[in-house]
Amino acid sequence: MIQRFIRTLVGMAVATAVIGSVSAQDSKVADELAKYREALADGNPADLLEVKGEGLWAEKRGPKNASLEQCDLGLGPGKLDGAYAQLPKYFKDTNKVMDVESRLVHCMVSLQGFKQEEVTKQWFSRPGKESDIEALVTFIGAKSNGKPINVPATHPEEAKMAKMGEYIFYRRSGPQDFSCSICHGQEGKRIRLQELGNLTTKDGAGFAMKTWPSYRVSQGAVWTMQRRLIDCMRQARWPEPNYLADSIIALETYLQKTATGTVMETPGIKR
Amino acid sequence: MKLKIALFGLLTAAIAIPALAQKAPEAPGGKYAKEAEQMFRSSFRTDNPKYWMSRLDQDDTMKTCGTYRDNPPRKVGEQIEKANRTTIRYPVDGKLIGDWKEGEKLAAVGTGGHIGFIQPDPAGRVRGGNCYACHELAKKELAYGTIGPSLHNFSKLRGTSDDIIKYAYDKIYNSNAFSACTNMPRFGLLNWLTPEQITHIVAFLVDPESPVNKD
Repeated sequence: MIQRFIRTLVGMAVATAVIGSVSAQDSKVADELAKYREALADGNPADLLEVKGEGLWAEKRGPKNASLEQCDLGLGPGKLDGAYAQLPKYFKDTNKVMDVESRLVHCMVSLQGFKQEEVTKQWFSRPGKESDIEALVTFIGAKSNGKPINVPATHPEEAKMAKMGEYIFYRRSGPQDFSCSICHGQEGKRIRLQELGNLTTKDGAGFAMKTWPSYRVSQGAVWTMQRRLIDCMRQARWPEPNYLADSIIALETYLQKTATGTVMETPGIKR
Repeated sequence: MKLKIALFGLLTAAIAIPALAQKAPEAPGGKYAKEAEQMFRSSFRTDNPKYWMSRLDQDDTMKTCGTYRDNPPRKVGEQIEKANRTTIRYPVDGKLIGDWKEGEKLAAVGTGGHIGFIQPDPAGRVRGGNCYACHELAKKELAYGTIGPSLHNFSKLRGTSDDIIKYAYDKIYNSNAFSACTNMPRFGLLNWLTPEQITHIVAFLVDPESPVNKD
């Protein structure tokens, strides 16, 4: 743990030095960013959160004084290896397509006896306020590192969810005429200097999805996929969908389906 | 008589089948589009201010563009362009060229208009045109996006005729008047920029003294 922490500190110092030398020229910027990610890969601050999540997973907590070790994320109770990579999926017990976060919350409510409002209150961290969900999702995600994303959406409910996600992806509205597709529907484009992935292709969606949850340097925090997508909507100048809203799970299903086959590299590190 | 009907049927089929083969891809969401719309709409807090929720409303252009994945058949595109052409409004004094220095500022500003509970813009935050997000403009600004075409040397290449000036104004005011379902926002129509602000950006594009045309 301490070793990891030192690695992280060293990694961050190297990263700061690299950021400092980033040139404004396009290809150079891309190169430098790649180097910077490489420098950080060995000391991703998300590692700390992963360790914390591991502890939270096993700890007896909540009114029922239970751990999450019997939580079924789709591969059976307690089976974590590769679980993140095959979500969202349809769950018989809730008759719902659930993503990792909605399923985790379901377990915290049903196994540990927490109230949903209580347990989702801090669904993302703020400076000085840590989020258990962030830590747990980072831990669960890391258990899929090296596993291919596998969301074929063959169950009719999953297929329907993927289609609904596709609908939302192309839906334009708001004072800037935005949709997801405006920035993420074509190849090889940039917004300012930020390269944009084409999320309608396997390569593009795979590149985007394989590294979540991800430590975001600009935010100084790990972001989950719910956090990522809800913030996309904020940037589109729309109101924020509720945490765990079906429309977010639908988008995730659409993206994971498109990305299926891509090998996970998580926790990631991003701008 | 029956033969005639049968012939007519055959002919219709002969015409319709190749047409079907060229049919545009299925609309996003397929048979679940309606349900998806309801699901999306019900994803938000019920205590959101009304004007926040109005940002989810779609006009005909938005709806049609979504249906065709922003790539409508030419006939539909022409209808969209025609409808959008009628929406363009001009400054009261009729002057379409403002101050390029103001336009330069607006082109760089990407803030404004963020709502919600997590990270809204503070009240009164300037809304910019954020042109650099998608376009190359002045040579000295290297952090430009590539979603739209380069506009460097805009009037050096196109001249400064009244037609070019009007085109620049109209395009910023309502991009869909020229190319249906373009990625570019309709800045004037959707009240993101005022007509006066648009004239500043036009000046930034067209004025020979503007850095867009200088370096």
